Amino acid sequence: MEFLHGWMPAFMVLATIAGVLLAAVAMSWLFRALLVWVLPGEGSKVMRSAPLTASFGLFVIILYALAGIFAPWVAPYGESEVIASSFAPADDKMLLGADQLGRDMFSRVIFGARNTVGIALIATSLAFLMGATAGLIAATRGGWMDQILGRFADVIMSIPSLIFSLLLLSIFGTSAFVLIVIIAVIYAPRVFRLTRAVSGDVVVMDYIEAARLRGEGLWYLIRKEILPNSKAPLIAEFGLEFCFVFLLIAGLSFLGLGIQPPTADWGSMVRDNATLISFGEITPLIPAAAISLLTVAVNFVVDWMLYRSSGLKD
Amino acid sequence: MPTHANNAERLLKIRNLTIEGHSDDEWIEIVHGINLDLHKGEVLGLIGESGAGKSTIGLAAMGFTRDGCRISGGTIEFDGMELTTRPKSELRSLRGSRIAYVAQSAAASFNPAHRLIDQHTEAPVHYDIMSRSDSQVDAMELYEKLRLPNPKEIGFRYPHQVSGGQLQRAMTAMAMACRPDLIVFDEPTTALDVTTQIEVLAAIRDIVEQFNTAAIYITHDLAVVAQMADRIKVLLKGDEVEEADTATMLRSPREDYTKSLWAVRSFQKPENLRPDASSAEIPVVAVDAVDASYTRGAKVLHDVSFDIHRGMTVAIVGESGSGKSTTARCITGLLPPSSGVVRFNGEELPPSYKQRTKDQLRQAQMIYQMADTALNPRIKICDIIGRPAQFYSGLSGSALKTRVEELLDLIELEPAQYYSRYPPELSGGQKQRIGIARALAAEPSFIICDEVTSALDQLVAEGILKLLDRLQSTLNLAYMFITHDLATVRSIADEVVVMKEGRVVEQGPKTVMFKPPHHAYTDLLLSSVPEMDPDWLTRLLEERGVDNIGEAARN
Repeated sequence: MEFLHGWMPAFMVLATIAGVLLAAVAMSWLFRALLVWVLPGEGSKVMRSAPLTASFGLFVIILYALAGIFAPWVAPYGESEVIASSFAPADDKMLLGADQLGRDMFSRVIFGARNTVGIALIATSLAFLMGATAGLIAATRGGWMDQILGRFADVIMSIPSLIFSLLLLSIFGTSAFVLIVIIAVIYAPRVFRLTRAVSGDVVVMDYIEAARLRGEGLWYLIRKEILPNSKAPLIAEFGLEFCFVFLLIAGLSFLGLGIQPPTADWGSMVRDNATLISFGEITPLIPAAAISLLTVAVNFVVDWMLYRSSGLKD
Repeated sequence: MPTHANNAERLLKIRNLTIEGHSDDEWIEIVHGINLDLHKGEVLGLIGESGAGKSTIGLAAMGFTRDGCRISGGTIEFDGMELTTRPKSELRSLRGSRIAYVAQSAAASFNPAHRLIDQHTEAPVHYDIMSRSDSQVDAMELYEKLRLPNPKEIGFRYPHQVSGGQLQRAMTAMAMACRPDLIVFDEPTTALDVTTQIEVLAAIRDIVEQFNTAAIYITHDLAVVAQMADRIKVLLKGDEVEEADTATMLRSPREDYTKSLWAVRSFQKPENLRPDASSAEIPVVAVDAVDASYTRGAKVLHDVSFDIHRGMTVAIVGESGSGKSTTARCITGLLPPSSGVVRFNGEELPPSYKQRTKDQLRQAQMIYQMADTALNPRIKICDIIGRPAQFYSGLSGSALKTRVEELLDLIELEPAQYYSRYPPELSGGQKQRIGIARALAAEPSFIICDEVTSALDQLVAEGILKLLDRLQSTLNLAYMFITHDLATVRSIADEVVVMKEGRVVEQGPKTVMFKPPHHAYTDLLLSSVPEMDPDWLTRLLEERGVDNIGEAARN
């Protein structure tokens, strides 16, 4: 028995990893079964053929959404409530211990879901609204309109995004509103490019010609004829861009230019607690893990959607 | 021709072949027990509508199935070898060397990045049948036998540098490269103009005879198969209808389905004549001295003029590239003419559609060749048809619903069944009917039909033509009918305009146009339409001389 002693920790780690993976698979399976049972007609059929990764992704996203929306009720303590000494270890009141000011880590992770994810979602939506609209107009109108919008997008894309956002944030200050607008402006050109390429294939179809000859206006063409046919890749791209935006916000917060204290934010939480790493504590890695889990989950769902939009030729 | 069927050696023997296709997680049988025999040097024609399983059987003769298909039963014996149980690697070495395949679209099947001759020599070199240089010499000989221009030089061009008909012949030469025992021709001339079709047909027939190659010739065009095949097998939905030698099959088909196929080209509507010149009725559409060119390009239309009168059908005939569709684009205003005018009921139309009024746009509607791209796949049938009615007449709510149902009735589709479907759930013919309904919904007085039947099977196409004719007489519509198929012209047109290289070569009433004397080009077009007579091609070649067909005859 003695020789096993040295192996025990390694074995425990392996067993934990295996256990977590097994639990994730079982949970994904159960969640999918639940969705198949709960959702009506079409949705149930879609879920039945969904892979486990997609159901895992959906589960995590829904979990994050619930945590974010109901943060004040879910979190045991307030966002900036100091309840212990700084860097207090975990006990039966504090699930994950305290941060550098003695605030409950677990509560801050939950509030962080609301702030970081919320801002990322709004910024991505705004980027899509601007980029997709411009892309659709450029593809439908063509000519000089296409040229102007295209060159404008080129200009924005030619500046490295992190440096550009740092520059703009130091000029305009660091409020949440400014952050959202700047991120949307930086990401809109990518959406523009994709939308223009996708709808470029649609505008040459005969049914668009028929609609033009009918005398339909630009708005009708975009909304009724082009958008339904270029929706699928755009939705997939939304998921992907959301991850990038999310990482950019976390990165900016880590650099101190993103979401400002005392608002809880995963990026700045990593920075603030970074010193703990040298003491062998995993506390700063928890918000980082929250970031990577969400990124992985979103990508699982996006992969599934891409597969569906390319594989199903309906 | 059929005589050697008995004494020649049997090359291919297919017994009780069933093939299944995969769809919606189940396997559905698409070919139900076909028997087929082919002897050396014999040409078997496989005909039927799309979905009859022609191509699937043709590919199965090579021991091959498309993705999502599998051979589920029966035997395929090629020269004594059982193909269904052979390992894939052996089948691969058989294909290309002993069995070859000629695809429908040579343009899509050649690799655009390599020269023709490099693609030609690939198979013989790969199978160690010939060295590269021998194979190149052989290719040039084959090119010469297939009467390609400059046989010594043409192989060194890239696929986009030769015409469609030449490419199809180069592909036939490629199939011949290893001197296979069997070639499967899958609709090799369907994508070609009538004048080009002839040279390809003549070349294929020649070379198959010279090398005594057996062939399976797949087509939906009866007149073509009559020229090529020794025996004809008629297929319907994966079942054999009947099989007989060509002459017997043409003279006395046994089954009703075969008879209906044979009768397709018999539809002919009574000819309407233009009102007297004295009554001076203003034509619905008058194209007057129109010139046009695409941005900064050369002129593609030269002084095109013709009139279309109320309730009449004017067919615009010509090969691809002759300016038929460009003329239509000038009339609709998609391509503003560089000079000349288009008049509508005597009133001059603004050159670009963007400057036209809603009413001017409503009066001229268009039906497209490819119903697949002409209907938005994400919009319901009721909205596709309903939109013009809503847009032009301001209908809404229950009035709109009644109108859509009325239109669906008009195009002979059950409203209750089709009202809320999406286009991908319809067949090709049904889609084309929806396209017609969309045009009718605008209540036009003039409709441009751009090759509306050329993507459809003959039986379905005839249904569409009959529908268009019925609508014309009830609604007093004027049609401009763009087509390269003279059989269609014969059945539906009142007047014919012949175009060549952007110019109107000849025009007049149909009866006059189809009677000699013609303009030389009209004559060429007319005489190039295959007839249901097995000796037609032979006679035509004798008349014109083998070197004076197709592209050569045009100049």
